[in-house]
Amino acid sequence: MTAAADSARPVEPGVLPRRSFLQGEQAQGLALISPTFLYALILLLLPILVVIAHSFWTQDYLTIDRTLTLENYREALTEPMYRDLLMRSMAISFAVSVATVLLAYPVAYFISFHGGRHKNLWLFIIMVPFWTSYLLRVMAWKVILGYQGVLNTGLVGVGIIDEPSNAFLYNTTAVVIALTHAWAAFAILPIYVALEKVDRSLLEAARDLGDGPVRTFLRVTLPLSMPGVIAALLIVMIPTVGDYVTPRLVGGTEGVMIANAIQAQFGRAANWPLGAALSVTTMVAVSAMALVAVFILRAAARLAR
Amino acid sequence: MNAVLRRAAINWLPAYAALYILFLYGPVLLLPLFSVNDSATPTLPFAGFTWKWYEQLWGNREMINAAWNSVRVGLAAAILSTVLGICGARAVTRYRFAGKRAMSGLIMAPLVLPEIIVAISLLLVLLAFGMSLSLVTVTLGHVLICLPYSMVVLMSGFEGFDRSLEEASADLGETAFGTFRRVTLPMVAPAILASLLVSFTISFDEFIVAFFLSGTDPTLPIYIWGQLRFASRLPAVLALGTIMLIGSFLLVTIAELLRRRAVARTKTDGGLFV
Repeated sequence: MTAAADSARPVEPGVLPRRSFLQGEQAQGLALISPTFLYALILLLLPILVVIAHSFWTQDYLTIDRTLTLENYREALTEPMYRDLLMRSMAISFAVSVATVLLAYPVAYFISFHGGRHKNLWLFIIMVPFWTSYLLRVMAWKVILGYQGVLNTGLVGVGIIDEPSNAFLYNTTAVVIALTHAWAAFAILPIYVALEKVDRSLLEAARDLGDGPVRTFLRVTLPLSMPGVIAALLIVMIPTVGDYVTPRLVGGTEGVMIANAIQAQFGRAANWPLGAALSVTTMVAVSAMALVAVFILRAAARLAR
Repeated sequence: MNAVLRRAAINWLPAYAALYILFLYGPVLLLPLFSVNDSATPTLPFAGFTWKWYEQLWGNREMINAAWNSVRVGLAAAILSTVLGICGARAVTRYRFAGKRAMSGLIMAPLVLPEIIVAISLLLVLLAFGMSLSLVTVTLGHVLICLPYSMVVLMSGFEGFDRSLEEASADLGETAFGTFRRVTLPMVAPAILASLLVSFTISFDEFIVAFFLSGTDPTLPIYIWGQLRFASRLPAVLALGTIMLIGSFLLVTIAELLRRRAVARTKTDGGLFV
């Protein structure tokens, strides 16, 4: 509570010197945001800088050797195991983000254009599963895809396959499915917001000028909602690249991702600098992939218009 | 032709939306289903109805201890992130100042960062500060994760807030703090409560940050993670998961109702993420 009280105090009358200093809107705004900003600065920005610093150091048994070196990056980029894990993580996060956006767009469109009075209710219904434990949502897929799982018993019961299959669980596909399910709601909201901002009179104009519904959608609605599509893509792509839980629960050995290797460096392997270099490499790589995706989508939207 | 196409479009969309919701809910609803199934493995067909997995939870000291840890961390994280969120959201919605975008960008950043990055970077710094891992370090991490959500909920409550009411209060001789306490606070109270509930829910369910930053005291998700190694404990975990599911659902529903009230009071609209 002190934070709120502190930020309010400067504008109290009677504290004249501070008051004259903090009279401007600029100063008041800065004073008010500073506790929150400092928290994020000390516990987020500074730590990330420390990780970057670590990535240039080396582990010397129990101590850290602070001589600058690119050795960790050499290992992160050339060691086949890490390279494979990184490529797989990027492929998975790309597949998941594209799948979530494609699956979510029609639903966001439906709510925005045909949701009627119940738009908020629809959004709420879609958000609810997101608020349940991530761990449990991923675990549910283990129950579905396992050897004795719901899918296998269902398929055997219907007679499509003769005996349960091991093919569903413990592979990359299972990771992609579980992640797509876990992040679905994240993609709906930004797209919905962008669609809500589309000026409905533009659609009427396009129709009046002779464009059919498909052309109107492709040339007006889709390009105008592109900021939402891009936001949705990024908000799914970047966090999923570093997912730890899903590969551990449903990935098996084939579905291991880079976060599992990073965790190992901070745990059993106790090589923090290498773990830090793997983290930085992952972030740089996924940011580059995201930038390319944004560039392509923007160009596509411009062409469609 | 156009009319046919349009009708087709209108008809397949609701059907698709229904399927999508089935995809969202189906897997989650399996947990309650199998939690009352009288079988040691979650397999079809159902073996019969039982409460025994819930009864097993009842006397489980380890689980109750972990749940209590999660409640304490959740309460502390919710209060801290809401207090910090009030400062941030108020500054962003009420004032114009240099660096506003960059500052709010940093505060919102955990929303688009892989959680493992947040977790390991915090781990390195907290250990460098000489802190030992405990529920305190978990709470510090959870506040960081909850802050973006608190900010969004509170901003939607503060946005479009009628400034003339505050000005009137100031003109009538109320101090700035008095105005905040007697005019601003009552209007944004529902948003504040919503922020508390949302942050508590997030902290209570959060796994990765707790996994890296907890010492010997486990939170509930950490306890569950440990149980997942034993196939025989799965039904009890499903029962526990069902209870958590219902708890999260109730808290989030209340939070959404409160947020809507806050929005109605300040007369603008926006969703939890808008």
